Amino acid sequence: MDLNAKIPAGEMNEKWTDYKGHVKLVNPANKRKLEVIVIGTGLAGASAAASLGELGYNVKAFCFQDSPRRAHSIAAQGGINAAKNYQNDGDSVFRLFYDTVKGGDYRAREANVHRLSEVSAAIIDHCVAQGVPFAREYGGLLSNRSFGGTQVQRTFYAAGQTGQQLLLGAYSALERQIALGNVTQYNRHEMLDVVMVDGKARGIIARDLVTGKLERHFGHAVLLCTGGYGNVFYLSTNAMGSNVTAAWKAHKKGAFFGNPCFTQIHPTCIPVSGDHQSKLTLMSESLRNDGRIWVPKQKGETRKAVDIPEEERDYYLERRYPAFGNLVPRDVASRAAKERCDEGYGVGTTKMAVYLDFADAIKRYGKIEVGKQGLSNVEEASIIAMGKKVVEEKYGNLFEMYEKITGENPYEMPMRIYPAVHYTMGGLWVDYELQTTVQGLYALGEANFSDHGANRLGASALMQGLADGYFVIPYTLGNYLADEIRNPSLPTSHAAFEETENAVRDRINKLMRIKGSQTVESFHKRLGKIMWDKCGMARNEKGLREAIVEIQQLKKEFWSDVKIPGDIDEMNPELDKAGRVADFIELGELMCKDALDRNESCGGHFREESQTEEGEAKRDDENYSYVAAWEYKGESDWNLNKEALTFEIVKPTQRSYK
Amino acid sequence: MEHYHMNLTLKVWKQKNSNDAGKLETYQVKDISSEMSFLEMFDVLNEQLITNGKDPIAFDHDCREGICGMCSMHINGRAHGPWDKNTTCQLHMRAFKDGDTIVVEPWRSKAFPVIKDLMVDRSAFDRIIQAGGYISVNTGNAVDANAIPIDKKDADDAFMAASCIGCGACVATCKNSSAMLFVSAKVSQLALLPQGAPEKESRVLNMVAQMDKEGFGNCTNTYACEAECPKGISVANIARMNREYLKASLTTED
Repeated sequence: MDLNAKIPAGEMNEKWTDYKGHVKLVNPANKRKLEVIVIGTGLAGASAAASLGELGYNVKAFCFQDSPRRAHSIAAQGGINAAKNYQNDGDSVFRLFYDTVKGGDYRAREANVHRLSEVSAAIIDHCVAQGVPFAREYGGLLSNRSFGGTQVQRTFYAAGQTGQQLLLGAYSALERQIALGNVTQYNRHEMLDVVMVDGKARGIIARDLVTGKLERHFGHAVLLCTGGYGNVFYLSTNAMGSNVTAAWKAHKKGAFFGNPCFTQIHPTCIPVSGDHQSKLTLMSESLRNDGRIWVPKQKGETRKAVDIPEEERDYYLERRYPAFGNLVPRDVASRAAKERCDEGYGVGTTKMAVYLDFADAIKRYGKIEVGKQGLSNVEEASIIAMGKKVVEEKYGNLFEMYEKITGENPYEMPMRIYPAVHYTMGGLWVDYELQTTVQGLYALGEANFSDHGANRLGASALMQGLADGYFVIPYTLGNYLADEIRNPSLPTSHAAFEETENAVRDRINKLMRIKGSQTVESFHKRLGKIMWDKCGMARNEKGLREAIVEIQQLKKEFWSDVKIPGDIDEMNPELDKAGRVADFIELGELMCKDALDRNESCGGHFREESQTEEGEAKRDDENYSYVAAWEYKGESDWNLNKEALTFEIVKPTQRSYK
Repeated sequence: MEHYHMNLTLKVWKQKNSNDAGKLETYQVKDISSEMSFLEMFDVLNEQLITNGKDPIAFDHDCREGICGMCSMHINGRAHGPWDKNTTCQLHMRAFKDGDTIVVEPWRSKAFPVIKDLMVDRSAFDRIIQAGGYISVNTGNAVDANAIPIDKKDADDAFMAASCIGCGACVATCKNSSAMLFVSAKVSQLALLPQGAPEKESRVLNMVAQMDKEGFGNCTNTYACEAECPKGISVANIARMNREYLKASLTTED
């Protein structure tokens, strides 16, 4: 199939303006007759549903949680980027564009990233207008901080709860549209398939998770805003319910999957403590602004962190990357931590952790406070007390969270951190208009593949989710729907709905009939272990080939021996989970296949066969400067389509943060 | 931190659906690590129940990092359990010792009907937000974000109020099942910001009216809500809401 990304012609910085100037419009009277289905109510979904409701479309929004406000965007801590240049430190639309393309290791589509940078400033304006309480300076103006992979301060934040505040902003806009009757909200509902009519997405089959009933919903277009699939690894920073099911059903109905192996392993998470672990908790990257990362210089060190003298500590990021130091991008920081631990320098009981230390920051801030208050002859203890107060103001809630989980006080002893699966850059392939390879089916936010290449920079996910929902889809969807005004809504008695619902019901029945001996959770854990060991932070050909075989075996075992309690026509969380794990197993195989096919290292994808002498990721632009768009053909059978990436503006070079 | 293992007796509310009467069931769990979270202990129990062909316990949970507001267990008589400023998912087993008996119930309130076991229906909160918990600004209408400076103290207070996670612990813990802390947090956040000023009056009147309609009780100033709120939302918000309500009642014509 010919992949047409539909990138507008013209100069890079005029493409979006030009597109908007010529895109087809739908008049208000016709908008009322058009129905749009939105799956997922995180930043992308809630902002899209609200904005489309405001425009006058008939919107139906779905989420599996008990309220749209629970979506996992809420857990994003650090911040949201925008090219406002309020700090007068040299930022611009171009810089944000450049940093994002470079940060993504030249595997993103330039035109999409440029558009993202262009609309970034408007997101901040809109959120402030909604009442999002961003951090402010004493003069009443907005505060900024810096994040990994950049040299300017362009990140807007609300303490360590930026995602929460942005989501509640989008949620309130969505609730307003619900009150106005423009959006109908379906909570505790899960999409289980896309309904196709004449080659176009025309609706969905959803399951009411409270009653277990299957429902048919018509839509002139279906928007998937369902987030990422990091839970394929079992342990990740994602919420327990985050899943790939909606995206996977779409994939099986013809939507290509883009770069599935591109996974972000976030460097600063609380390490695993035992087999009982159900999820991992992120410690915001913003901590790297002030915390210093180190391990002991001595292998097998047994002393407590505070007893190890300065000269016996290895601040390995500062040593290896003097220009960016602790602020290198996530993929680089994660691999460096893994390297030290693999070499035997790790700390803590499992030795799979490094220190993130605030002692210097506490002293530094303490001294600044002394200066500000004009004090002299201040004792060391008072300086430290003052410094702790400043650190508490900046990161208090994160420190508190760390202490709740580990029982250790990070003001007194350094945090122990280790990388964990956090975000998936891969996702459904979309064109410039965010349309998948299925007409009428769109993917927004983390669910699509488009803007972050092979590595996402910090504070860019919130930006992309809201850009897609508030400022991109309201324009690009109209371009499709303008041609649909002649097609009235189909009754859900249509044969396509009947057929799809039957297929969904058959699969549920099949799952329930297995009545095996192993729990859903046990299969999920085993899948996660295969993925982490062989398709995690470092990948090689041998491991990936083994993983594919192991996953295929796991799949057979799952479909013959999984044990699901309860009934179909009732609330049954184990059944919900079984359907999701079955899809994760299939996705896992595709991720390994993609990682195997891409015999180069780029961003978060590190193939051991492709590294520089210093152990840095080595790209192969000659052979792999493309988006891998996988087409589903049948069980364990995919066809690889390639979208060649051309770089007009940011010329690919070896990424250096030294 | 030293860790240890424990055996526990759990008394957990089981209720098939909203029509069922429900009752406490007793379960035993063994060899629970003090490093587990409370919900991981429930995972262990559920795996045990499924393996033995019994019905697992349904409970709401999602982010497991204390921010989504979905988890909602009443543990040994306290909303979210024994730790202050904490959600159920962030409670860890080091709060308990070997041999303990733990009683777990759902949120209790007429406005939060039980769906199954420990899961309740909190959609009343969404409907209260629909009544006015927003600023009416359509996408594309905004002026530059720095065009209106906001006093840092007001901004900080608005943020503190906005940190509510909508879990409903305030309602569950209040003897009157009052939702005043939840409602006042949203009213305060938006009343403190200049962007929220134009709809100040109608917002507070409509949200309070919806709150009453949903069947939440009145506030009698016991401050239990503030004590059990996982995010430490202050009862000062309730006082602010009462002032806003009074002002609005006196100045609104219809």
